Amino acid sequence: MIKTVVSVGLPVGEVLNIKKRTLKPEKIRGNEKRICIVTGIHGDELEGQYVCYELIRRIQEQISCLTGIVDIYPCINPLGLEAITRGVPTFDLDMNRCFPGSADGDMVENIADKVIDDVLGADICIDIHASDIFIREIPQVRISNENIEQLFDYAMELNVDFIWAYESPTVLQATLTHTLNQHGVPTLAIEMGVGMRLTKSYGEQIVDGLFSLMKKAGIWSGEVNQVRKPIVSTDGEVELVHAEASGIFVPDIEHWNGIRKGDAVGSIIEPITGEIKHKILAPCSGMVFSLREYPVVYEGSLIARILGGVES
Amino acid sequence: MIKEVIYSLKAPYREDLTIYGYTFGRGEKSACIVGPTRGNEIQQLYVCSQLIKTLTILERTGAILSKNEIMVIPSINHFSMNIEKRFWAMDNSDINKKFPGKIDGETTERIAAGIFEKVKGYSYGIQFASFHTPGDFIPHVRLMDTGVQNTSLANLFGLPFVMLRKPEAFDYGTLNYNWQMSGANAFSVYTSATDTIDEVSANQAVSSVLRFLTRMGIIKYNCHSGYISSTIDEDTLLPIRADVSGIYRRLKNPGDEVRFGEVIAEVIDPMEGETISQILSPSDGIIFFTHTKPLVIQNGMIYQLIRRMHV
Repeated sequence: MIKTVVSVGLPVGEVLNIKKRTLKPEKIRGNEKRICIVTGIHGDELEGQYVCYELIRRIQEQISCLTGIVDIYPCINPLGLEAITRGVPTFDLDMNRCFPGSADGDMVENIADKVIDDVLGADICIDIHASDIFIREIPQVRISNENIEQLFDYAMELNVDFIWAYESPTVLQATLTHTLNQHGVPTLAIEMGVGMRLTKSYGEQIVDGLFSLMKKAGIWSGEVNQVRKPIVSTDGEVELVHAEASGIFVPDIEHWNGIRKGDAVGSIIEPITGEIKHKILAPCSGMVFSLREYPVVYEGSLIARILGGVES
Repeated sequence: MIKEVIYSLKAPYREDLTIYGYTFGRGEKSACIVGPTRGNEIQQLYVCSQLIKTLTILERTGAILSKNEIMVIPSINHFSMNIEKRFWAMDNSDINKKFPGKIDGETTERIAAGIFEKVKGYSYGIQFASFHTPGDFIPHVRLMDTGVQNTSLANLFGLPFVMLRKPEAFDYGTLNYNWQMSGANAFSVYTSATDTIDEVSANQAVSSVLRFLTRMGIIKYNCHSGYISSTIDEDTLLPIRADVSGIYRRLKNPGDEVRFGEVIAEVIDPMEGETISQILSPSDGIIFFTHTKPLVIQNGMIYQLIRRMHV
């Protein structure tokens, strides 16, 4: 069943509809657990699209194993997704800074409010993000420290490579994840891949994780694949590497590989002079779990995140 | 007047982003005035340029009182202005959400940190800023209600209104908030326009800053006393929203007085030209903010009204 969660009339001859797909067991008992899968809040993040497709496809193949309700919201920001724009076009707003929204608010606040309203009451919610266009990320769950106890067991089921427990900056209080956790819906955010691209292998990895989570929650009775054991880290173990020159970044390393302190991460080159402006060396030994994808950099651009003390 | 580079950033292909500070007078750090952090804040740039022009004359004629130093930074984000982008073009980040900045952080955090290092320590900080929702305002002074703000000082600008805003999470990165937290008396001055130049309100803004500096004993400048400001809490403004989407016909301007039930806007069917909605004023009052784009989306805010106040 496909349902419209919220409709907003656009100025000229068009209605914006935010839709969800609901999958239910063949026989409803009335006490089913419910999981919500939300994605497409940022218009430049496409990784979740394949997850939605593959999750629905696999459930439908074995619909008799479905013992709970699965609500899938593939695109919360359709205007951004079709305009290749991270935020909401015309509003210039990051939608994931607009929750919980307001029923009386403008279009973005109104959509945020209706989405929250629709998800409330669920037993679990997963918000799937890609990275932006600048940085490639391994599949990971990021959990603010205040929610770690409540969400850790769920995160371990999601088949991610990495769980990052971080200190939440104040601005993140306006995210979907924070809002739902505040309202009693355990909600986790997954990050993976890179903006404007789709990584099929990551998508399949996360779908395996969603089935594992659904099984644990009593929503799925079929067989599930064994999930991997993620590395768990806190802020203090993550080293950020920034560009110290402006130019074109050329990596010397592969993403999600080990690196030793002093090894070359890459170079910032200047095409017109044929010179290296800055040779970037690893500040610590560890695993490179975030790596610059977009080559043009200014001083300060993020180049890599290294999880210290972990080897490949 | 001393013109100096207060921050620069190398770019891969373009010339360096060079941010200038213009200093007038010598002595204690009295007042610092900061212009656009966003690429569409053309009016704010214009106001700062006019202030620099006037302060140059005042300094030449000895009208800057001794032991006072004034710095004006007329533009922070001309990199975005030159390519008609509102935010930092590479990653669409907003410099005015990055204060106090981080000297070893991301690019816009570094710019914010470099600027903040130069502007902190002044007794009075004045920023020409813009609102996140595009539109036109009654000229006013805005300050954050942090518990340490000095509202009576804001009255000395002599603008019609002083607006008190309770800071929300997304305000914590603004220059105004961080200035205030660092001990300065911080004010944001809003004029009628942002991405166009409105000479009348620009001149009003220039006069308001010169009036404030005069009243604080920093300069000697003979000007009109201005308004006795009305102070309002932002929370008390009444938002008025469009009930349908379409072509927006605005019937009122900032500062106009309206009556309960008066038609203040119309929405027109964009294909067939018929008026599909008339927006009525829900109260007597004065229009504080107006949406100015020609199209409107259902539930979009088109006005903010100061209730039960007369011109």
